Amino acid sequence: MILDSIQKNLLHEVAELDALPAGAYNLRSNGKGVARQTTANIDIVPKDDKPGIDIIIKPGTKKESVHIPVIISESGLKDLVYNDFYIGEDSDVTIIAGCGISNCGGGDSVHDGIHTFHVGKNAKIRYVEKHYGEGEGRGKRLMNPTTIIYLEEGSYMKMETTQIAGIDDTLRETKAEIAADAYLEIKEKILTTGNQQARSNFVTNLNGDGCSCNIVNRAVAKENSYQFFDSTMNGNADCSGHSECDSIIMDHAKVAASPNLTATCEDASLIHEAAIGKIAGEQLIKLMTLGLTEEEAEEQVIAGFLR
Amino acid sequence: MLTLKNISYEAEDNEILKGVDLEFGDEFTVITGPNGSGKSTLTKIIAGIIKPTEGRILWDGEDITDLSITERAKLGISYAFQQPVQFKGLRVRDLMMLAAGKDAKFNDICDILSEVGLCARDYIDRDLDGSLSGGEMKRIEIAMVLARKTRFSIFDEPEAGIDLWSFQNLTYVFEKMRKLINGGILIISHQERILNIADKILYLKDGETVCFDKRDKVLPLLLDNSANGPCSILKEKMGE
Repeated sequence: MILDSIQKNLLHEVAELDALPAGAYNLRSNGKGVARQTTANIDIVPKDDKPGIDIIIKPGTKKESVHIPVIISESGLKDLVYNDFYIGEDSDVTIIAGCGISNCGGGDSVHDGIHTFHVGKNAKIRYVEKHYGEGEGRGKRLMNPTTIIYLEEGSYMKMETTQIAGIDDTLRETKAEIAADAYLEIKEKILTTGNQQARSNFVTNLNGDGCSCNIVNRAVAKENSYQFFDSTMNGNADCSGHSECDSIIMDHAKVAASPNLTATCEDASLIHEAAIGKIAGEQLIKLMTLGLTEEEAEEQVIAGFLR
Repeated sequence: MLTLKNISYEAEDNEILKGVDLEFGDEFTVITGPNGSGKSTLTKIIAGIIKPTEGRILWDGEDITDLSITERAKLGISYAFQQPVQFKGLRVRDLMMLAAGKDAKFNDICDILSEVGLCARDYIDRDLDGSLSGGEMKRIEIAMVLARKTRFSIFDEPEAGIDLWSFQNLTYVFEKMRKLINGGILIISHQERILNIADKILYLKDGETVCFDKRDKVLPLLLDNSANGPCSILKEKMGE
């Protein structure tokens, strides 16, 4: 498989890969699977009925990783993919996904990824997802990731999603069903510029006693961009849920946050924190007294905020 | 090095500073005086954080009145805030590296943190947010100015908020700093221990210079004045 320089750059941006990784991987380029590797414990099977793959991780698999980057360098390509993850009981794995679009042409390039996670009892998974777009063409770069999570008893999932540059419009849907003693942690970081729009909807159902979740959204909206954060958390058991959205607003951007908490059990404890504000003037002044220009100071504050 | 000519500052019809003329060289100067006397305003005007309503500021004879905070920082003016600023996601390491400059070595930063009584190993990766105590934030604030090693360093009430750390250590830091850097140090303080190590003391009141001279000349005057009443606030702050 030979990748051109644009594809190599995309791969670097979304998966920090400069060569094919060790362990299991599936590389999808311009709507087709182009490279795949499985291991003794991790199988990757293409779906028969629709585009996408099943990633099957054997129970007890420890310290292994799966990379499933998607890159799109053809202008006007509309890519829809269904990836289902079956994480066996008691396993401990890292999954690195990510999508990069380079669109230098006139047509809109779209990637819609629907990822479903079935996390088995007492399994532990870290899921990292990075979205990146580039290209000077008129065509838009669009991504609509959907993540559906089923956490079985005692399981743990940590999800880190980052969308820092170049995606024009995005609608992110994240839904989670959490069983007893399971824990879900999500950290989402989004930066929008220009006329970009990002909407992120979370629905979290805390269904089992002793389960918990922590959903953190950090957003920076610059120029004329628009961001909307919608989080619905339902506490249906003796559980604890925390969500927070913290946004920096700049220039003429618009930011909206709509938290929604519902408890149907007396022992549910749910908290939401929301804050929207500009960069504090004193932060810029402090950094300027260290010799940074105002622009450099802003960059530092944002880089820290989105770390 | 630094000359202030007829500096005035007015805010909401209040005259905070009334045509102050001052000259600072390579000495260790302590500014003291009652609350509202204009001490912080004066130092913020030097750093460029506040623009004076009237007057000029000269640096080695060059007019810097219209220079930005950044430009003055690059010339060699550093400022430690009375209330250290918190940041989300920025760590002690990040700001110390920015303060120390690109060529700084990690070991140098560790040395400076230990100067202010902090073990680098425990603090270098901590976030500069509410998870640090006021005293810890304050020591890091002082360490940042030490790391910059500039010709003119300003500290706004460095002792405020440092509870358990002895003032002896604080005065030791400033004494060492005076030896290490060939430059001017300007400290706003009410602490006798700090006044005691000053080369010169500037006593401000109601936006005007009451006296600005060598320590031996000003200190007795301050203590004497306070006994007679007009400087009771100072007396109280000096812990008498």
